[in-house]
Amino acid sequence: MSYMDKSLTMIHKALINKEVTSKELIKESLEKAFKLQKTCNAFVSILEDAKEKEVTEDILSGIPYGIKDNYATKDILTTASSNTLNNYVPFYNATAIDNLNKHNVVGVAKTAMDEFGMGGVGITPHTGIVKNPWDVTRSPGGSSCGSAASVAAGVYPYALGSDTGDSIRKPAAYCGIVGYKPTYGMISRFGLFPFASSLDHCGVLTRNVYDAGVVVNAMKGLDENDMTSWDSKDIDLVKEIDNDIKDKKVCYIKEICDITFYPNASLELQEHLKNFKKTLDILKNLGVKVEEVSVSRELLSKIASVYVVISCAEATSNMSNLTGISFGPRSDEKKDVFKMMKEHRTKGFSPLIKRRFVIGSYVLQKENQERYFKNAARVRRLIVEAWKDLFKTYDAVILPVGSGPAPLIKDCIDHISNDENTILEEHLQVGNFGGFPSITIPNGFINNLPVGVNLTSNIYNDKVLLNIAHKLEEAMPYQNQIAKGGLK
Amino acid sequence: MNYQVTIGLEMHCELKSNSKVFSKSRNTFSGTPNSNVTPLDMAFPGTLPMVNHKCVSDAIKMALVLNCKIPEVMSFDRKNYYYPDLPKGYQITQFYNPVGTKGNIDILVDDKVVNIKIHDIHLEEDAASLDHYVDTSVIDYNRAGVPLLELVTEPCIHSSAEAVAFLEHMRSTYKYCDVSEGDTKKGQIRCDVNVSLSKNENLGTKVEIKNVNSFGAVRDVIEYEIKRQSSLLEAGKGYEIEQETRRWDEETKQTVRMRSKADAIDYKYFPDPNIPPYVITKEEIENIRKTIPVLPMARKKIYEEKYGLSSYDAKVIIKEKSVSDYFEECLKLNIPAKLASNWLTTSILGKINEIDIPLEKFYLKPEFLKQIITALEKGIISSKQAKEIFNKAIEEEKEPQTYLKENSQLNDEEEITKIIQNILDNNPMQVKEYKDGKSNLFDYFVGQVMKETRGKANPNITKEILNKLL
Repeated sequence: MSYMDKSLTMIHKALINKEVTSKELIKESLEKAFKLQKTCNAFVSILEDAKEKEVTEDILSGIPYGIKDNYATKDILTTASSNTLNNYVPFYNATAIDNLNKHNVVGVAKTAMDEFGMGGVGITPHTGIVKNPWDVTRSPGGSSCGSAASVAAGVYPYALGSDTGDSIRKPAAYCGIVGYKPTYGMISRFGLFPFASSLDHCGVLTRNVYDAGVVVNAMKGLDENDMTSWDSKDIDLVKEIDNDIKDKKVCYIKEICDITFYPNASLELQEHLKNFKKTLDILKNLGVKVEEVSVSRELLSKIASVYVVISCAEATSNMSNLTGISFGPRSDEKKDVFKMMKEHRTKGFSPLIKRRFVIGSYVLQKENQERYFKNAARVRRLIVEAWKDLFKTYDAVILPVGSGPAPLIKDCIDHISNDENTILEEHLQVGNFGGFPSITIPNGFINNLPVGVNLTSNIYNDKVLLNIAHKLEEAMPYQNQIAKGGLK
Repeated sequence: MNYQVTIGLEMHCELKSNSKVFSKSRNTFSGTPNSNVTPLDMAFPGTLPMVNHKCVSDAIKMALVLNCKIPEVMSFDRKNYYYPDLPKGYQITQFYNPVGTKGNIDILVDDKVVNIKIHDIHLEEDAASLDHYVDTSVIDYNRAGVPLLELVTEPCIHSSAEAVAFLEHMRSTYKYCDVSEGDTKKGQIRCDVNVSLSKNENLGTKVEIKNVNSFGAVRDVIEYEIKRQSSLLEAGKGYEIEQETRRWDEETKQTVRMRSKADAIDYKYFPDPNIPPYVITKEEIENIRKTIPVLPMARKKIYEEKYGLSSYDAKVIIKEKSVSDYFEECLKLNIPAKLASNWLTTSILGKINEIDIPLEKFYLKPEFLKQIITALEKGIISSKQAKEIFNKAIEEEKEPQTYLKENSQLNDEEEITKIIQNILDNNPMQVKEYKDGKSNLFDYFVGQVMKETRGKANPNITKEILNKLL
C-alpha cells in the first residue's frame, strides 16, 4: 500500500485512522525520492534525517513534502541550484517555510531548479539536467523542474515552487499536475532567493486543486519582513472551492488560441488547441459562460520582450550580492578583492545567467534605460490593463499552456524553438506582470504525454479562481494522476 | 586675475534612530565590529528591506526645515555598483523622487545673511566600513544600513567661508531637530565638494572632491582647489582642468585625481521593486512640521530684539541647541537675560570645555544657577563667593544652596551684638586703650569679630554695632 501518491485528504485520513504513521510516510517518500533521483535527477538534497511530526487535526500534519531549493531552509543546504551557493547553509527560514512548519509538515527534499529560477526547461541546475517522469527523454519544464517531476512521480503530495514567468505553471502542465501561484504578496517572499522581485511569486505544485488551496492557505500571510506582502487572513482558499460555478464567466483570447495564427503548426500543436477547445466545452457543460475575446496581437507579441527586459534588469541587480565574500564559495584569488568577486561570479554562474546579466545591465544603462527598461515598464502596464479590462467582465481568462506537451531535452539543449509559437509559449508571464493569481491543471494527453490548461483571475480573486479550477478538474479524469515512468 | 568661485556641496549625515533604515539591527555607534548586524545587512539571499518610518519622518522634517517641496509619494531606488563595503551590490537611495527638492535656507556668514539653495535632500543607507591592514582588509557591517540623509546644494556657494558656515549651520540644525548627533569625529558627517572657477557668468569646469570628512578639510580642499585651478588658468592651461573626481590627501594637504568623468560609474538607477511606493498625506507632513523646534536663526533674532543680547553673545548661545535650551530654561526661571547670558558664555561654557562634557550632562542645571544668582543679587554672597560656590557645586555635585548656608553672611544683629559683647568683655585692656583715644584699635575689634565668625559677619552691621557698644 502506498500513500505518497494519494491526495492530502486521503493521506490525512489514513494518518488519523492510524493506518499509517508519519514515520512510515517519510520512509516511503525517501525511498521514492532515491529512486526518482536515479531516473530523473530531481533533487539537490534528499533529507534522509527528516523526522516525523505529530499528527493533529491539521490536514498537513505529519505529511512529507518537497521544497524548491531557492527557499531558505535553516540549517539545510540551499543552493538555488547554483555553483555560487553550492555550500550555502542559511541560518534563517523563508517565511513560507516558517508558516508551513506551524502545520507540522515534514520537508524531505530540496528540489533541483533552473539556476536561480532562470530557465524554463530544467537544463541549468548545477547538479545536472532534470528529466520528466512521464518520459525521461523529455524536459519536465522549469524552473521548478525538480518539484514538478517529484510531485508527478508521487514522491509526496506537494512541493513548493516559485514562479517569475511561468516557472510553476508550465512544469505543472508538462508533468500532468496542478501548479498554482496566488496573487502577488499573498505569500511572503522573505527567504525566497530572488530572480526578479516585481515578478517573483511563491506557490505550490500538487496533484489536485483542493490540495493547492490547502497548502497556500498554510503558506500565506502578512509578513513584517516583506513590504509587498498583504493581509489575507480573511481569505480561506478552500472553503468555497466546491461552490456551484453556473454564474461564472470565463473568456479565452482568440489571438492566442486560434489555429489560424499558426500556419506552420505541428501536429502536436494542432492536437493541443483541439484539446483546449474540448476543455472549453466541458466548462460550458458545467454551466459556465465561455466567450471568445480579442486582444491586439501587436500587444501580445510584446509580452516576451517586456519579460526579458524587466526580469533581466531586476535579476542583474538582485544577484549583485553574490560575490563570494561573506557567503558562497570564496574564490582562490586572495590579493585583489575585485578579481576575487569576478572570479567567483565567472566560475559560479552558468552561461545562460551571464547572458541575462548582460541583457539586464544593457537595458539599465543610462543611455538605454528610456528605450528599453522604461518602455518595458510602460508596455507591462498596457498589457496588465488589457487583462484587467477582461476581468471587468470575466471571472477568469482560460488559455492553453505552451504549444503542446513537454519538449525533448535534446531540443532544449540545441535551443530548437519555433518563433511562431512565442505568444503561446510566453503568455503566462502576464500573470506575473499583473501579480494575478494563476493556476494550471492537466487537461489531457498528446502522444501519451500530459498537457495543461491555465486559468488566471484578477488580483485578490484567488478563491473564485480555485473554485472554477476545482470544478473543471472534477469534470476531467486527470486529477491525482501519477507518472509511473519515474520510479521504475 | 580674480575668478568667480562656484561651490556645490553634498553633505551626508547619519541619522539617529533605534534601528537601521531598512533592517531591525540597532543603529548605534559600537566599538565591537559586526555586533549590530541582521541577515539583510550582510545581504544574505532572500532577505528584504523594510522601511523605517521614523527615518522617513526625520527626513521629511529636514526637508521642511530646508523649505523643500515634498513629494506625495515616498519611493526608493537602487544605485548599483560593486564594492566590498556594499553587501547587496546596490545602495537603496532616493534618486527619482527625493524626500525634498528645490529648497533654500538662510545662514549667517560673518553676520551677513546668505541664502543657500538646496537641489535636493534624500534618505539612503550607509555602506559597511572597511579597515585595511598590511596584507588583509576587514569588513565591519555595523555601519551597513545606517540611515543617511544626503543634502545636495545648488552650485551657489562662493567661498570656503560660506561653505563651512553652511555646513556648521546644517550640523547645528540637525542637532536642533534631534535627528542626528552630527559628530564628525565618529564619521557621522561626510562631504563631497564640487569646485569650479570661471571668469564670467557661465560655470567653469566642475571638479568633484569626494569623502571630505571634516569641516576644516572642506575649507582646505576649497582653498587648495581655488589655488590649483586658478594657477592652471593663469598659465593658460585651463584645458588641464578636467571634469573629474579627486580625493583629499590629509597628509600632503593636496587633492589627488581618482577618475575622470569619462570613467564615471553608471549606477543604473531604477526603482527598488521590494519597496512599494506609498502615499505621504498632508496631515502626516503637518504633524511632522509641528515637531520642528524654534531654529537658531529665529532664536538669535529673539535674543537680540526681545532680550537685548549682543549679536556676538546671541551667536555663541545659538551655536549649540543644548546651550540655547539652557539659556531659555534660565529665562523661564526669571533669571535676567543678560545675567544668564554672561554666566553661560563665560563660566559655564568655559567649565564644560575644561571638564570636557556636553552641556546635557552638566551638573549645574539652570535652577541651581538661579540659587547662586539670587544669593548674589540679594547681597548674601559676594561675587567671589559666587564663583567659589559655582565651582564647588560642580565638583561635589551638591546644590549651591548647601554652600549658601555655610557661606552666607551673618546679618542677625542680635547674634552679632552677642559676639561683639563677648569680645569686648574678653578684651578689657584694648577697650580701655580705645576709649583713651587709640582709635586704630577699632579695626582690631572688627578683625576679632571676623575671626570669631570666620568672616561671615556682615561688616557694615559689625561696624555699626561696634560703634554703638564702644
